[in-house]
Amino acid sequence: MTPVTGLAAGTINAPSISYSGLAPVLIVLGVACAGVLVEAFVGRDLRHNTQLVLAVAGLAGALAAVIKVAGRGQLTASGAVAIDGVTLFLQGTLVVIGLMAILLLAERRVDIGGGTMVAQAALVAGSPGDRLLRTAPHMQTEAFPLAMFALGGMMLFPAANNLLLMFVALEVLSLPLYLLAGLARRRRLLSQEAAVKYFLLGAFASAFFLYGVALLYGYANSVNLADILAASAGSPRSDILLYLGLALLMVGLLFKAGVAPFHSWTPDVYQGAPTPVTALMAACTKIAAFGAIVRVLYVAFNNTAWDWRPVVWTVAIITMAVGAIFGLTQTDLKRMLAYSSIAHAGFLLTGLISLDRRGLAAVLFYLASYGFATLGAFAVITLVRDADGEATHLSQWSGLARRSPAVAAAFTLFLLTFAGIPLTSGFIGKFVVFRAAWTSAGPLVVVALLASAVAAFFYLRVIVMMYFSEPAESGPTVAVPSVWTTVAVGVSAAMTVLLGILPQGVLELADKAAYLVG
Amino acid sequence: MSDSLPFLLVLLLVPLVGSVVVWLLPRTAEQLAKLVALATSLLTVVVMAATATAFDPNGARFQLTWSRPWIASFGVDFALGVDGIALVLIALVAVLVPSVILASWHEETPAGRSPKTFFALLLLLEVFMVGVFAVTDVFVFYVFFEAMLVPMYFLIGAFGGPRRQYAAMKFFLYSLLGGLLMLAAVIGLYVVSASQLGHGTFAFSQLVGMPIDADTEKLLFLGFFVAFAIKAPLVPFHTWLPDAGAEAPAGGAALLVGVLDKVGTFGFLRYCLPLFPNASRYFAPAVIVLAVVGVLYAALLAMGQRDMKRLVAYTSVAHFGFIGLGIFAFTTQSMSGSVFYMINHGLATGALFLVAGMLISRGRSREISDYGGVAKTQPLLGGAFLLAGLASLALPGMSTFISEFLVLVGTFSRHRVYGVVATVGIILAALYILLMYQRMFHGPAQERAAGWLDMSAREAWAVAPLLALIVVLGVYPKPVLDVIRPAVNATMNDVHQRDPAPTVAVQTGATK
Repeated sequence: MTPVTGLAAGTINAPSISYSGLAPVLIVLGVACAGVLVEAFVGRDLRHNTQLVLAVAGLAGALAAVIKVAGRGQLTASGAVAIDGVTLFLQGTLVVIGLMAILLLAERRVDIGGGTMVAQAALVAGSPGDRLLRTAPHMQTEAFPLAMFALGGMMLFPAANNLLLMFVALEVLSLPLYLLAGLARRRRLLSQEAAVKYFLLGAFASAFFLYGVALLYGYANSVNLADILAASAGSPRSDILLYLGLALLMVGLLFKAGVAPFHSWTPDVYQGAPTPVTALMAACTKIAAFGAIVRVLYVAFNNTAWDWRPVVWTVAIITMAVGAIFGLTQTDLKRMLAYSSIAHAGFLLTGLISLDRRGLAAVLFYLASYGFATLGAFAVITLVRDADGEATHLSQWSGLARRSPAVAAAFTLFLLTFAGIPLTSGFIGKFVVFRAAWTSAGPLVVVALLASAVAAFFYLRVIVMMYFSEPAESGPTVAVPSVWTTVAVGVSAAMTVLLGILPQGVLELADKAAYLVG
Repeated sequence: MSDSLPFLLVLLLVPLVGSVVVWLLPRTAEQLAKLVALATSLLTVVVMAATATAFDPNGARFQLTWSRPWIASFGVDFALGVDGIALVLIALVAVLVPSVILASWHEETPAGRSPKTFFALLLLLEVFMVGVFAVTDVFVFYVFFEAMLVPMYFLIGAFGGPRRQYAAMKFFLYSLLGGLLMLAAVIGLYVVSASQLGHGTFAFSQLVGMPIDADTEKLLFLGFFVAFAIKAPLVPFHTWLPDAGAEAPAGGAALLVGVLDKVGTFGFLRYCLPLFPNASRYFAPAVIVLAVVGVLYAALLAMGQRDMKRLVAYTSVAHFGFIGLGIFAFTTQSMSGSVFYMINHGLATGALFLVAGMLISRGRSREISDYGGVAKTQPLLGGAFLLAGLASLALPGMSTFISEFLVLVGTFSRHRVYGVVATVGIILAALYILLMYQRMFHGPAQERAAGWLDMSAREAWAVAPLLALIVVLGVYPKPVLDVIRPAVNATMNDVHQRDPAPTVAVQTGATK
């Protein structure tokens, strides 16, 4: 008698899971769960510090786990998760930028009440109890685990090699963000509006995504990206399901990435959400969403590029135009940065259209450079305040350089990098993206450059305000931040300059990481 | 030559260090900041002199080369090296900056602005201006080309006249738009090099002579050309200059018009012609028409100006027309004349802006009609202004005359009609300069002018070197022309042009 053969063991078909490959995501989600327990069991006085230590340690551990598996290329969990260069690069970037967003959440010195998050978000805005909350030194720390859950979902999102898992990751990252958006201590009504708007539109987008998954399943009889690719290659079946499915799927993904014409939530939500959360959304969600878009397009729809490319062309042009042109009319800094992020999404689309390795590397680099600059810019916004909370109207920033040269200089740096001025990371990012796009989408590059020129106007307008205008009479004050915000701004600024002057290391890293399995 | 001292690197580092030091000084140490800035700029002049002696006019095309890999992923090297054209332009930068610093010594800064920032920005601008001429890698050139905008933007926007915000914004956006078109062309050039040479490169020496598909070449040429034409500026891309020139502080305006704009014409010579010879020849007739139109149109506009800084800015547009004409006429004489013109125009217009600035600091107005008879009350100021003005209108004896003459002679040998039409520009130049001089410095003296001080020693020292150079080079231009000519010949070779057979015997570089 022979013992149990491999064949017999195979029929059990238990998914083999590479725990080391999944470790970054598991650590972050685990810490998020632990954070919930901390909320329940740790005393109120200790909670804030415990949460902060836990989150920072968790992210540091996740970063170490990412570095440990660097260079790997494998599918795990029955091919549902792809651990490859793109996944790991984006996870590493998400962890580092997420860490700084956590530091922003930990800031308790800038607001008189302490902290930027409200204690009881469920109170009716404007009710006496709610008004009391504005100044009461009454704190909740649930934002930490929520942000960690969101980060965990974001890290899983670009790794998902299976549309169902991708949907789960999408929900894991979205639901905490809907909540977080409603937690602003000041301007409660705006914040609640943002949360509701984000939730309703986000739910729509998720439904689109799910419907797309269903149609693709109908077409390929599988939700695995590789199977969809295989099915689309020389299949006699009608392609209607495939294209409808792709279209609906992309609606969901482009919504998360803030790409026109699915961008309309961005300005309202960015404006209403508490600024640390906006920073998290603007920097990290974009990274995660583009990671997922890259994976879907590169892995599952590589064969059909000729069919969807014109659509992405159009979408990219619309996005750049919307971002650049509507950005011109904004007078609120957070809304302006929202439109700026839309324009940048258009540049990113330009980069991934070429569907080659170089384009992939370019998108990775661009995401990292954009992420740092965005986080830094929102971090600076948290510092400029008046009695009503953050002073985000453009006119309130006039003459800021006189009052606080360091803050104005940091914000100027971030604006210059958004505008793509050489010696900042934004320039190198634009360069690699446009270089990748040049051969396959030359005219798109010219459109992108024109959009950059238009967008430069509204960035410059802020610089003009800060440096060349007289300070407003009862202008805002610049809060002296605690070490957390200082670190977040400092690291962002340092990375922005470093990636602009000595980009070689990260370029090589992005180049090495530009491979996908699946 | 790579084993020689890295002179060019030192030329970049000296002002950079100076700028950082000035920046770090406390706000109260105003006097010290000025002294450090002046010392730095003078040290730069010394290094420049050493660099010039190390340069052999008859040696290799690019000398004093120094190169280190910068961004290996794109094949970008931080490669320095100068030909004769770049060398003389860097010398112009080195000479102008101390003058500007001296002239701006008591520059009144708007409330709340610290003068040390002004001087730190000036020195930073010097770094970028030297860099833009000294690099031989197209990517690094682009980086300097764009980075240059930032300090200038702050100089105009923070320290300029009443409409400075508008002017700074207009300046930045125009330049950025051109720069971005150029970026598209730079990337395109890289992609072409990757397919033609097997490896993507930005090295000028490898890109020269690279075969490019005719249509692509034209597009790439236009990308570069528009950027340079905005910078230079050629009509119809000039509308930003009068605003920027008028609103910038006098020192800033002198550098803006004197040097920054030369990057445009330098770009024609260094990048447009050698990299895209066929497209250059294809578009040359159109460029020549633009240039001649610019010469006449800007001169007419200059005559209509009531603001003296705007007037000087418009004269520059006319002069840039001459320079562009000389470059695209494709003769050794006209090109040498254009390069020499760049130097002379930098000196003359720089001096004119500085003296105008001195006048404005006394009269507190840029309007020409607010002045009168100044030559009687302040003879030194009047004399300096007259000399700078005469240089600007290219009076024989001034170096500007030689360059303008060379341009016209060279152009005439190839394009007779344009040569003749452009000559009208000389007459118009005499009109606008002399009319301005007459209105401001002659006629009844104004009462309010009686209390003004004449030129101080500091101000005299600021302007004297520039005026002296104009006269010396007007009498003996040979050293400069000798340095320029080999580089011009190399450029002529790149663009596959020979001088037309002379029908009138004129010796190149003839002095009058």
